[in-house]
Amino acid sequence: MAVTIIFEDQAVSVEDARAQGDDLWMPVGELQAATGWELKPQGLCRDERCVPIPPARREQFLRAGDLVNLAALARQLGQPVVHDDSHALWFFGESADARRATLASLKAPDFRLPDIDGNPHSLSDYKGRKVLLLSWASW
Amino acid sequence: MIVSVAFDSGGAAAVRDFIRPAEPVRIDPLFRELMGWDAALCDRAAAPTYPNLIDERHVVADLYNMTNVPMAVWIDESGNIVRPAEVAGTCDEFRSMDRSTFQMKKDAIERAKAVRGTYVDAIRDWVANGESSEYALSAGEVRRRVHAPANVDPLATANFRIGQYLHRQGHTQDARRYFQETRRLCPERWNYLRQTMQLEEDGSASGPEFFRALDALGDRPFYAPVELKKTGG
Repeated sequence: MAVTIIFEDQAVSVEDARAQGDDLWMPVGELQAATGWELKPQGLCRDERCVPIPPARREQFLRAGDLVNLAALARQLGQPVVHDDSHALWFFGESADARRATLASLKAPDFRLPDIDGNPHSLSDYKGRKVLLLSWASW
Repeated sequence: MIVSVAFDSGGAAAVRDFIRPAEPVRIDPLFRELMGWDAALCDRAAAPTYPNLIDERHVVADLYNMTNVPMAVWIDESGNIVRPAEVAGTCDEFRSMDRSTFQMKKDAIERAKAVRGTYVDAIRDWVANGESSEYALSAGEVRRRVHAPANVDPLATANFRIGQYLHRQGHTQDARRYFQETRRLCPERWNYLRQTMQLEEDGSASGPEFFRALDALGDRPFYAPVELKKTGG
């Protein structure tokens, strides 16, 4: 059964992933397409950032040379992980530290959302103008 | 300019029905008065002239730590936050509403209108005067006022999003336990609480369970009063 992985809100189906308790093992070769992270000699890396694999806990991250435990990486990064085994569904969220760092910068974080006609808008489209960002709901 | 964001898992249809109803909708006069909506515009069903965005996953709520509606963030021309997420021109006077008749006493209505008017005036002052406005906060004061997310908040988000995913896939019963966990983890993130209630049962965002949660606040505010003017920093 394929596992659906939602990482940074992008859902991908990974055929050869295997859940074991709170661990999710997936082929190293599929890691980058699913998450943007990849295995390098210096550790698990994404863009300029690398997370060294602790030597004493290597077996928690890597197995048989070609499987990587995505849940272990997420725990190392402080990302919340929630999984639903009956639907083979795993969600990896953003860490509290990352959220706090975004707010502490005082720069308004960008986002891209559709309007009621389906046209996409980014906050950055309105740079150069004062913006009152206002929340509401129909419920 | 205004950029309005609807935290609405009902998607475009729910928001469109609210903003551009297919049939004329009678807006309750008390609601209209509290919102400060112009009667003539309501009668014409005039559509807003600013972007109305749909945020089904409450992404903006998470980015800016908005925990309720209506809330606002003021952003200057350079993309800097000059007022972090705060209650936008409303207050707790609605809690005195008679829940059987939906009526409020006149003095409560007047106090609510005054809060709204003061907030709108502050926005206008900022638009006119920019950083010299007494309502545009310094970086230090913005930092002081930002409510940083708690460690548990991202876990609540994860439960909310996985519940939403299951709900969209038609697994509505399986989604419930994630929605309940979201509410257990963050009972006073009202956007999550009311949205998950609404997904479980249409209309329940303003139903008895919501009012039980509201009443459980006791003397604590649902809409925290806003400190409008600068206090230093």
